[in-house]
Parts: sequence; C-alpha cells; structure tokens
Amino acid sequence: MIRIGGTMKFGFGNIILSLAIAAASVTAYAAEPASDGTVTEAADEEVDVQEIIFGHIGDSYEWHITDIGDRRISIPLPVIVRSSTGWHCFLSSKLEDGAEYEGLYISSSEANEGKIVEKNAAGEEVRPFDISITKNVLALMINSLILVVLILCCSRWYRKHDALSEAPRGVAALFEPVIAMINDDVIKDAIGPGYAKYSPYLLTVFFFILINNLMGIVPFFPGGANVTGNITITFVLAVGTFILTNFTTNRHYWKDIFWPDVPLWLKPILIIIEIFGVFTKPFALMVRLFANIMAGHSLILCIVAMIFITAKLGAAIGGTMTVVSVVFGIFMDCLELLVAFIQAYVFTMLSAVFIGLARVHPEAEKGASIINSSNRR
Amino acid sequence: MSLLLPDSGLLFWMVLIFAIVFAILAKFGFPVITQMLEKRREYIDNSLRVAKEADAKIGQLMQEQERMIAQAREEQNRILKEAAQVRDSIISNAQAQAHEEARKILDDAKVRIEAEKESALREIRSQVALLSVKVAEKVIRQDLSSDKSQMDLVYKMLDEVTAPAKDKN
Repeated sequence: MIRIGGTMKFGFGNIILSLAIAAASVTAYAAEPASDGTVTEAADEEVDVQEIIFGHIGDSYEWHITDIGDRRISIPLPVIVRSSTGWHCFLSSKLEDGAEYEGLYISSSEANEGKIVEKNAAGEEVRPFDISITKNVLALMINSLILVVLILCCSRWYRKHDALSEAPRGVAALFEPVIAMINDDVIKDAIGPGYAKYSPYLLTVFFFILINNLMGIVPFFPGGANVTGNITITFVLAVGTFILTNFTTNRHYWKDIFWPDVPLWLKPILIIIEIFGVFTKPFALMVRLFANIMAGHSLILCIVAMIFITAKLGAAIGGTMTVVSVVFGIFMDCLELLVAFIQAYVFTMLSAVFIGLARVHPEAEKGASIINSSNRR
Repeated sequence: MSLLLPDSGLLFWMVLIFAIVFAILAKFGFPVITQMLEKRREYIDNSLRVAKEADAKIGQLMQEQERMIAQAREEQNRILKEAAQVRDSIISNAQAQAHEEARKILDDAKVRIEAEKESALREIRSQVALLSVKVAEKVIRQDLSSDKSQMDLVYKMLDEVTAPAKDKN
C-alpha cells in the first residue's frame, strides 16, 4: 500500500482484504443488536451498545453467528458440567432462551451473569464445576490447530529439504523470516548465551498470541472470538513467563532480590520493591495484552454500532455516519492488524527481557558491585 | 466484573491446550526450524569467510606475481648491463692488444731499418775508400808536376770526399 511498483498488486490485495473484512464485520455485527434474544421490534428498540460489545468480548456457551429475521443462527457448543448431581454433558442449545435442563440454566443475576448455574438446597445460585467448550475454548482449539499445522508444515519442509542448498518455499518461506527475527533479534539479544533453552517457549508464545490476535480480527465463524482479549488466556501466558523467569534462574538473581547491593537501611525497602517487581512484571504482561486486544475489539464494535445508533436519527445523519463508520472501521481493522503483531512481539520481547534479567551473570554482577562500591566511596 | 476475573473452565482448557501446543511445537516444531536456520547461518558465514580468504589469497598471489615480474625485469636489465660491460671490455682489450702488436711491429721495423742503415753505411765507406784510392791513382797518374797544384788537388779531393760523409752523419 505504501510502496509503489512491484508491491502495488499486494497493496491492492491488502485494501481489498481490509474492505472485505470491514464489510463482513458490518454484516456480522449488524445482526448483533438482536442477539440478546429480547429484541423483537428493531424499529422501537434502542440499540444496546453495551450489550453488543460485552456480548462479543465476553465468553458464551454458543457461538452466535447472525440472526436472520427472528431466527438465531448460532453453533451450539457442548456444555460439560459437574454439578451436585454429577457430570452433565449436553449441547448448549438445550439452554437457549433461559430454558432449564437437568437443573442447570444460564444465570441472569448480577454475580453470575451468562454462566451456567444450579440452585443449591438453600435456593441460592451456585456455579458448578464448569469445563464447557465455550466459544473461547473452541476458538482456542481451532486457532491452536491452525498454528500447530502451520508450524509443523514449516518444520516438515526443513526435515525433507536441505536448507543449505535450497531456499525455503511455501509455509517455510512465510514463517522463516518471522522465526528468524524473533529468535535472533528478540530472544537471542535479550537472553544472551543459553537462549536456546527458552526459544521454543517464547516462539510458541509469540505465534500463539499472533494467530489468536489475527483470528480475532476475522469477523466471521472460525475467527472473531476475543481470545487474547480474555484475561484467563493472558493470565496463563503470563504465568508461563513467571514460572520460566523464576524457576530457571540462578542464585545471583535471588541474592539481588533478598540481599541487594545497597546500604543496610535501604535493604528492607528494596527487598519489598524487588519482591513486588517479581509479580508486577508478569502482571503487566497479562494486563497489557488483555487490555490492548479487548480495547481493539471494543473500539471496532463501537464504530460499527454507531451505524445502528445513528440510523434512528434520520437518513442524512445515518448515511453520513455509516460512511464515516466504514472508513473508520477500515482504519481500525488495519490498525488492529498492526496491533495484533505488535502485542505478540511486545509480549515475547518483554518475556525474553525478564528471563534475560533473571539470568544475572556472576561477572556482570561483580562488575556492577565494583561500580556500586566505588560509587559509595 | 467477570471480565477481569479468570474463568475456571476457560483456565482449564487454556492450560491444557497451551500445554499441548507447546509440547508439540517445542518437540517437533521450533527446534527443527531454529537449528536449520542456525546451520544455514553458519554455512553462509563460513562461505563468506572462505570467499574472503580466497580473495585475500588471490590478492596475495597477484602481489607475488607482480613482484616476480618486477624481479624478472630487474634480472633482465642486470644481464643486459653485464653483457654490455663484457662487450665493452672485450673491445677495449682487443684494442689494447692491437696497439701493443702494432707497437711491437713498428719497433721491429725500426731495429731492422737501423741495421740496414748500418750495413749500407759500411758499404758506402768501403766504396768511398775504394773510390778515393782510384781517384788518388788517377790524380797521381795525371799532372803531379808542381807541389802546389798537387797539394790543392789533394785538399780538394779530400773535401769532396768528406763533405758528403759529414752531411750524411
């Protein structure tokens, strides 16, 4: 798009792709206002933007695709629940429209909204042990499958071909530069010697986040789920980094935390700060990824919802705002493509940096302590 | 705020799925690729190094060649100069020898001429003596009437005889 000449064709391809994405998102989200099931007369009904947005970025027991007229079109997903009466396994279509099935129903109370609950003996709503394949879980499975297939295709190429005499083709050519960039420029630079032990994890994290981010931008079925914008997902990824940072480190790292090289009266304060730091680092990773992706999804939804809000205000305003929304939606989708990559990159880079910092080298530490002692004098 | 709280079911699946994905990719995926990339980088680095070395070697060889050419040229010059010297010395030697020979021949000739002259003088002297005896005979036979005229004649004869001898010596 930016370059001219040889890349022009791809530039047009990108524009067309973004247009298609934007158009598809308009159609997909257009149906969203009716998704709460209570909407019957669209003309009288206020567009509930909050409902649209939270309905999309949250999790659900079915994968809602669209509504045609009054008919909901959604993919029912398996509900797997262990309640007080034992294991239950059925399709979520049984729970549609607040129906109760085997003592279970989808709560509409403040505390457990949208979750499967049952009534206990005292008549209170309690959540059973719930490992249902929800929309996010299914999206996670699909995206993971795509990721595994792509990466295995790539590694298969390297197994079957002699990389020393052939340039990579196909999937390998697509992934090689990205893998090389992450591996050499991010992981190797941040961790230093001994980086090879960590690179499979960090590469997995990078591509895992990237593929989930990208699939989240696709507005129709296999994509569109807000996976990386879900705090559970980022929590697990951050815990992974936390474990890797703190459990593969050496004694110098722990010495720096519990007996830092500072005057004695500063030690208690610094120890507390250091211990906080151990937890805030992965916490920041978790929140950054979650907030960025969720905000991106929300923003695109807001822009699209604007069409339906302004449609009530008359043809002129509605029409103008539609054009504005579509243009802005295209812009946001392009931006999200960028953000999808940047957030995956940032997560990987910071993880690598944290791991690198935790692997304090004795020489470096000695040098630092010499500097410190000379400063004190 | 369910949005900010991890959900147990999703957590379960996420841990499971991520663990499986990580296990598969860490075993069969990324190490293969990164190792290959590393190998290829090493290969490229190696090739570049070898090429650089070969380049340096070629440069060295070129220098060597230039040096050898210069040396050969110098040698040629030296040989030519030597040849010229030899030629010059031969010529001058020959000239000196020729001079010597010529001088020797001339000396020989001089000695021989001297000897010839000696013998010729001796001949002349004997001839003169003979002639003077003959002249004396004739004078004696002619008019030796008066003393005075006799003596005049003798002196005159003697002058005549000695004058050419004096001139000759």
